[in-house]
Amino acid sequence: MSKFEFPKSILSRPVWGTLEPRRGLHHLMIADAEGAEAILDVATPEMMESAHIIFIPKGTDYAKRLRALNPAQFYDGPSYAASVTRIQRVLLGAKMSTQVYLSGTESLMGQAMLECTNAGIPHTAIQTEHRGSTARRMQCVHCKGFTEDVAIDPFVCSHCGLNLFVRDHYSRRYAAYQGVCVDAEDPGNVPPSKGIYP
Amino acid sequence: MTIQFNDETFRGDYSFKNSDWAIQRFPFPFHEDSYMYSVNMEQHRGGPKGSIYEKRFDVDEHYLAEMRDRAMVLDDDPLRCQSLPHMTLAGWDLLELIMVSKSEDYPDLFELHRNGDQWRWINKPMGIDDSFTFLDAATLPYGPMEYITRQAQGDFAVLDQRDDNLWMDAGMITTQADWSLDFDIGMNFFEWHAPVPLAHEKGIFVRALKFLLNIQQGAPARRLNWTMTVNPLLDTSPENYHKWGVQKTEITPENIGSKQHLRVELQTFFRLPRSNALVFPIRCYLCNFQDLMSMPKWGRRLHRVIRDLPEELATYKGFIDNRPMMLDYLEKFDDGLPTSPGIWPEFETEPPLQK
Amino acid sequence: MSGAEKIDVTVTEIVPVNALVKRFKFERRDGGLLPTFSGGAHTVVEMKDGDITRLNPYSLMSDPMDQSAYTISVRRDDEGRGGSLFMHNKVSVGDEMVISYPVNLFSLDLRAKKHLFLAGGIGITPFLSQIKQCERLGDAWELHYACRNAALGSYVDELTAAHPFEAHVYYDDEKQVIALENLLNGQPIGTHVYVCGPKGMITWVRATAEKLGWPREAVHYEEFLAPQPGKPFEVRLAVSNKTIQVGKDESLLEAMERSGVDAPYLCRGGACGQCETRVIDYAGAFIHRDHWLEDDEHASGEKIMPCVSRFEGKTLVLDR
Repeated sequence: MSKFEFPKSILSRPVWGTLEPRRGLHHLMIADAEGAEAILDVATPEMMESAHIIFIPKGTDYAKRLRALNPAQFYDGPSYAASVTRIQRVLLGAKMSTQVYLSGTESLMGQAMLECTNAGIPHTAIQTEHRGSTARRMQCVHCKGFTEDVAIDPFVCSHCGLNLFVRDHYSRRYAAYQGVCVDAEDPGNVPPSKGIYP
Repeated sequence: MTIQFNDETFRGDYSFKNSDWAIQRFPFPFHEDSYMYSVNMEQHRGGPKGSIYEKRFDVDEHYLAEMRDRAMVLDDDPLRCQSLPHMTLAGWDLLELIMVSKSEDYPDLFELHRNGDQWRWINKPMGIDDSFTFLDAATLPYGPMEYITRQAQGDFAVLDQRDDNLWMDAGMITTQADWSLDFDIGMNFFEWHAPVPLAHEKGIFVRALKFLLNIQQGAPARRLNWTMTVNPLLDTSPENYHKWGVQKTEITPENIGSKQHLRVELQTFFRLPRSNALVFPIRCYLCNFQDLMSMPKWGRRLHRVIRDLPEELATYKGFIDNRPMMLDYLEKFDDGLPTSPGIWPEFETEPPLQK
Repeated sequence: MSGAEKIDVTVTEIVPVNALVKRFKFERRDGGLLPTFSGGAHTVVEMKDGDITRLNPYSLMSDPMDQSAYTISVRRDDEGRGGSLFMHNKVSVGDEMVISYPVNLFSLDLRAKKHLFLAGGIGITPFLSQIKQCERLGDAWELHYACRNAALGSYVDELTAAHPFEAHVYYDDEKQVIALENLLNGQPIGTHVYVCGPKGMITWVRATAEKLGWPREAVHYEEFLAPQPGKPFEVRLAVSNKTIQVGKDESLLEAMERSGVDAPYLCRGGACGQCETRVIDYAGAFIHRDHWLEDDEHASGEKIMPCVSRFEGKTLVLDR
């Protein structure tokens, strides 16, 4: 199983759920890597008749099993960045009765949710389920650059090079957690990095 | 009364200074000898003459210097002022509220002439005389919120109200106590307050939200909040924390009286009429320890509050490392005598320091 | 002080709209400007009817940007407790009245890419101000308005003349019905739906939207309940140390106010939650009519909304 129990945290930290079938005329499902497992768990033949699955395998081999669900539309993309224009096009033509299901890494869910909320879907109406990697997409509060797949705390900003500590404070608008300079009050005194989760 | 505006800075040589008038009217935030979070809201309908509560938007001797500092912050980082697209109407509401309030409360400084949608705004201290069409952003040099808040002291958070919550969807934030509008924009009331310790557990935010959701047109409210800042630095932003954070370590027993500032926020809340949004002006007042100590009551009380403050709060407010040095300084101004209730200095009746 | 700020006004115009509805125009007594407001806001009108003071909420229907006057429309309810009858039969042009500042519990979601308005009967009134706001700001909107028949269709002619493409009208007696499922299914993402009308219509729209997969946050409704008459009952107010009688035609809230108890309120229609009051002790049965408290709260016997809910039984002690 690819599930992880996130420790209890502050109220700005997203709480991911468990996908469940919902009524709707269309079902848009976006997943990366182990996120495929959550789709396999929730899919029903009836739902698949009007489902559009957008999947980024990231080296996993779930694509064949997802395709075997026989969704109305299936897309196997090389990266999230490559799939964004497709997601935007789907949302542009979508109706209010569309249900959205996101699963996989926090980075994938956060960025796809942002596309959905920009299109006008309330964030609370979007279903999510975390699976797979717990690495985070971080934004440096100083230079505003994003660093993907951060698993250690503190880490070095991939843009400005400052040593940043990892906060649980999360922005839906940036689909990222906040990184803040760890040695501002004592320059050079950077504690050794350890995993974000013990 | 005509205000003499100071020529001063909030950076570099830090020439900021409070006059005796400014010290006497400083909003000392502790009404008793201890502090804990509370929903300390009251109606914002004037107050003692000359006090910071008297007018809807207080204008003081720091006005022009604060507006110069804001312009510098925005030149460096335009992300400090943002408005999500649906908040433009609230921006016009805010522009109207400030222009109407200031022109009525300070007729010698500000004038507003309205003829239907054709408005003329005169800001004498800043040398502004602009004519524009209300609700037509093309007739202003900036969006309505940015235009008016470049001319008003304090930060402004503009909150959309929907789904029984408040959403931080617009703001002008350049004098903040270490939080980022750019990161927090779009968050709801509980999310942007998430990093605050203890208060969630005490149910403070649930009660505060309930109060704020019910603030109605014509019935604004207010409260005080506080923190500590080394040097009279208005822009204590997370964005620049890697630059200013080190100043906290420059405090010494010799300079603490002049460098350590109590930072007080006068927070007010107004319902905005056309948008049904809520504006949350956060006006920052700074006063260094040695000026505060000129009021015997404040000297006694500040020592007791800082001494007894829970560790989590001292950490969150960013002065846990400097607390021992603060107490060494403040202890000299506490003779153990009782203090009178309320925030005002009562310098005519409070006994002088007995040690 | 309870409720919103007050404004002293004069009734400057009364227009019969049809057999059941009259429109009232209010202007400030001091000649000044009224506050602007947001579409969907209501005002609470004070009615001094002999010994009884009634405070009834009515949606503002005038242009939110027009500060010279407010207008409301009142539908006569011959079965009610008399508020609408008072407005229809006892209020004349030139009368001095007191109204509250605008309060909005039915505001537009300004993020919406399109506003879909569904009105039933007198439920059209909040949409009249919202439509004016949308027109002024260039927002997309569409109205579907069901009324009993052409003779009782308030403002139908004005709406269809000014907005022939946006306003759609349905007459019950001609068996015209809003094709709700098709209408909701066709809406693009970013649409918000708003419904105001009889209870049955609100229930129908909410249930249909839910069935079709609409997010809860995109479905808005306003249902003001008028307090209903009922059997008189006695209440002990513990904080005020008073025992009061609630008459058959007055609400519990009105009885408290009549006894000089300053109880909080805002909407007076069971919607806003302001008047929520803790029950200290009771022996009898509550008649809960609000839609503020949850079902389990209604069942708990711990809370009551005195603006619309009543009580039948021996003892009721409130924390007020």
